[in-house]
Amino acid sequence: MYAFELEKPATVAEAVKALAQEDAQALGGGQTLIPSMKQRLAAPAVLVSLNGIKEMIGVRKDGGDLVIGGATPHAVVAKEAGAYPALAGLAGNIGDPAVRNRGTIGGSLANNDPSACYPSAVLASGATVVTNNRQIAADDFFEGLFTTALEPGEIITEVRFPIPQKASYQKFLQPASRFALTAVFVAKTGGGVRVAVTGASEDGVFRWADAEAALSANFAADAVSGLSVDPEGMIGDMHGTKAYRANLVKVLTGRAVSAA
Amino acid sequence: MPKDQGIGARSKRREDVRFLTGAGRYTDDINVPGQTYAAFVRSEVAHGKITKIDTSDAEKMPGVVKVFTAADFDGKGGVPCGWQIHDRQGNPMLEPKHPILAEGKVRYVGDAIACVVAETLEQARDAAEAVVVDIDELPAVMDMKAAVKGGALVHDELGSNLCYDWGFIEDNKAATDAAFETAHHVTTLELVNNRLIANPMEPRVALGHYNRAMDDYTLYTTSQNPHVIRLLMGAFVLSIPEHKLRVVAPDVGGGFGSKIFHYIEEAFVTHASRLINRPVKWTSTRSEAFLTDAHGRDHVTKIELALDKDGMFQALRTETYANMGAYLSTFAPSVPTYLHGTLMAGNYKTPHIYVNVKAVFTNTVPVDAYRGAGRPEATFQLERVIDKAAREMGIDPIELRRKNFVGADEFPYQTPVAVAYDTGNYQATMDVLEKIADLAGFEKRRADSAKKGLWRGLGVNCYIEACGIAPSNLVGQLGARAGLYESATVRVNATGGIVVMTGSHSHGQGHETAFPQVISEMIGIPESQVEIVHGDTANTPMGMGTYGSRSLAVGGSAMVKATNKIIAKAKKIAAHLLEASDGDIELKDGKFTVAGTDKSVDWGSVCLAAYVPHNYPLAELEPGLEETAFYDPSNFTYPSGAYACEVEVDPDTGKVTVCAFAAADDFGNVINPMIVEGQVHGGLAQGIGQALLEGAVYDENGQLLSGSYMDYAMPRADDVPFYTVDHSCCTPCTHNPLGVKGCGEAGAIGSPPAVVNAVIDALQRAGKTNVTHIDMPLSPSRVWAAIQG
Repeated sequence: MYAFELEKPATVAEAVKALAQEDAQALGGGQTLIPSMKQRLAAPAVLVSLNGIKEMIGVRKDGGDLVIGGATPHAVVAKEAGAYPALAGLAGNIGDPAVRNRGTIGGSLANNDPSACYPSAVLASGATVVTNNRQIAADDFFEGLFTTALEPGEIITEVRFPIPQKASYQKFLQPASRFALTAVFVAKTGGGVRVAVTGASEDGVFRWADAEAALSANFAADAVSGLSVDPEGMIGDMHGTKAYRANLVKVLTGRAVSAA
Repeated sequence: MPKDQGIGARSKRREDVRFLTGAGRYTDDINVPGQTYAAFVRSEVAHGKITKIDTSDAEKMPGVVKVFTAADFDGKGGVPCGWQIHDRQGNPMLEPKHPILAEGKVRYVGDAIACVVAETLEQARDAAEAVVVDIDELPAVMDMKAAVKGGALVHDELGSNLCYDWGFIEDNKAATDAAFETAHHVTTLELVNNRLIANPMEPRVALGHYNRAMDDYTLYTTSQNPHVIRLLMGAFVLSIPEHKLRVVAPDVGGGFGSKIFHYIEEAFVTHASRLINRPVKWTSTRSEAFLTDAHGRDHVTKIELALDKDGMFQALRTETYANMGAYLSTFAPSVPTYLHGTLMAGNYKTPHIYVNVKAVFTNTVPVDAYRGAGRPEATFQLERVIDKAAREMGIDPIELRRKNFVGADEFPYQTPVAVAYDTGNYQATMDVLEKIADLAGFEKRRADSAKKGLWRGLGVNCYIEACGIAPSNLVGQLGARAGLYESATVRVNATGGIVVMTGSHSHGQGHETAFPQVISEMIGIPESQVEIVHGDTANTPMGMGTYGSRSLAVGGSAMVKATNKIIAKAKKIAAHLLEASDGDIELKDGKFTVAGTDKSVDWGSVCLAAYVPHNYPLAELEPGLEETAFYDPSNFTYPSGAYACEVEVDPDTGKVTVCAFAAADDFGNVINPMIVEGQVHGGLAQGIGQALLEGAVYDENGQLLSGSYMDYAMPRADDVPFYTVDHSCCTPCTHNPLGVKGCGEAGAIGSPPAVVNAVIDALQRAGKTNVTHIDMPLSPSRVWAAIQG
């Protein structure tokens, strides 16, 4: 790790100001950034920790929405997001206890790892990512591997999840990292069904349109049994071929519908 | 009532108090005044010619003491290989130099090119990044079969990538081939024994300290065998006589074989310390451990089994390509040969066996012994081909094995692959297994799994192991460049306490608990009166260390020999004190008694007399009570066992869950059943890890893709079931004084074929009869692909 300055602002406004410095980088729970820095693969001059900003931590109901502060650790979501059980379950199965007590929802979304859990929940729920200066719809937020709509220095202050009628998250573990080898989040609302897939695509989290159409017409596991996923564009690596991941998308979608 | 002391007691591991409370003293915990820190510049390409190394910028960086390159090791040797194999024609293997820092060429990703020594670790790392290295990349030699046919050479001066082409036993070949000609049935299987990375919890560390005032050296290092390191490094690399070189291996956090070997970093810090007259410490990062710790396994094998119409084995023939990596690690050549070929008879009476092994250099990390070392590779291919043969011939796999077992009344049994088994009872071990695994209840459990949509399978296999490799004069003929005895000094203190200085080394095995149990039993004193000292060449007799499940069988036997000498002398002292003949003295429960009388003297009084010899036969007997013994076994010991694994396969995802694992082992006499069970548990976890999860994967350019825990899957608690283990079948070893065998590697040797057999069984029972083999690790993706056909 190279030397760096650490700043710990107490408000979003202070954080925005601190992030305007040259080579400044926001620090959420540090579950990706700190290992990268230890490996000397990342070398920010200033780390701006968001973990002391009280207004960004916590889970609350706001009408039909569940609102989660951007600096809220997974463990807190697991415990306090009971109004949205599929989301609480997802948070409670990220990594291990150490990861869940440090890692934050905002950090996960801003990083947009193609195998992370949260992006699928945000996309399937049709959630809104709220930043220090705007609101971004889920469909506009994720822009491919490790890429999002966030501008430099922009901070995710909270995420607003409309609570669906039914939902389930089915994760198939990559055996080493225990990230999602492939995972599927299915959410059913009055407006239809949304299916978001993480871990599978070379372009990061995506919605499976065919399944959404089939499930909006008939919310049953066998509604997707006749569909198929094109292996082209899927991730192929030592843990699973493209065809294997395409298969998992379908299998896990069916299981999510059954479990929802 | 179970014993609470001595042989057979489940004594709690006394060393765990310090290990579990963070009070262990590991190599990295040792710091010497004036210490500097080393950071290596390592090759980022697998193969290439070094055209330039420019250290000038690095030398100007803050805190830099010196930047080392190969030029600083002019006149020094490379790290040596400890075993020389002769090929089928009797020619010695090809043996390249393994320099401390690369000389002209890099041969694997991680190969050390230069090293910065600085005042702090961060300064050393910063400066290491400033060393400029230009490399003309060469094609990476990765595929073993292609590598022996031509193309790029890992070592140009050798003229070939084929280290050796070994036949075992060459004289068996004609008869073996002839038996295949006339066989009723031949089963053939081609398979890969996947490359593994040992991953001990503690990464390697080396701290070299040259003391100019004394003109001597101390090396603190994470080693399983400090005396071996002292001999290899002192005599062959740095020309330091042993009386000027002390090697200390303090608490060591696991080794699994990977800490047997003499690594370049040890020689580097020792020599560098002299050149700068400061202590030099190197601590491996986990990333460096993946790239530089010797890897294990990596065999590609074709095995053929010939059977008669009744399923009796007629002959066995194998051809294996064994990956050596870029250089010969210390014992690398012995692993696919004498630790592998000698085990190909397994538990069976196969009259003709011929083993061919081609060892190949590639642009990968050197490969050497890893828990089991050659024996898992032998067991896996043999037990897999037997399972396949059983299916092809329509014979129950357990029945086929039982038909071919060496009978209990046939020991000692001379195999066609050189070794002679002293004891065993394979039918009885299988009887135990059938009971503890409740094989009779399998069909019901299978039906229960089917209700959940899961395919259940049962895999059974046997194993034979050879531990305590010996005797030294035989292994010398086979190419070992070391003795394979063990040593112990038993020092009795004046007030009766005992310190045992052993050449064995404990790095997780529990010697500090188990060894005192033996002495407690022999003398009749509490275990707490006995302390074990190990890991320091300055205060232990020259020993060979701990690997190959040898410590109790060989090191324990040395300790028994020394203790018997102690008892014999103590009886003479007691006889003097009791005014009796020493032939009439009996030792029981820590008390010396004149046979048939009530005259006695206790252990402590005799010890005190030895060191305060006021009333003592000084004319006939020296004072003091301290004895040393060296023990060289007359044969290997041969633990054996039968294992059963039950799995559930999810047909939609290919995921394999190990539902149950039962292990029936014959370890001979057992000193501490709790420690033995723990050793089996750990071995099973590693074997299940190899079967389902672990695999070192390189790309075609020689980059290690599985270079961190993000991609290298270690088994975790929820990957393994609760085990059922049993060692009640006991045929004591006939040639060591304790009648013990070895248990450290058994689990890792015996479990991979059980897991794979179980998965194949599950698929076969589900109608996937075209699936006869899947290579390890049986990842969900591979199993799913096999199901798709």
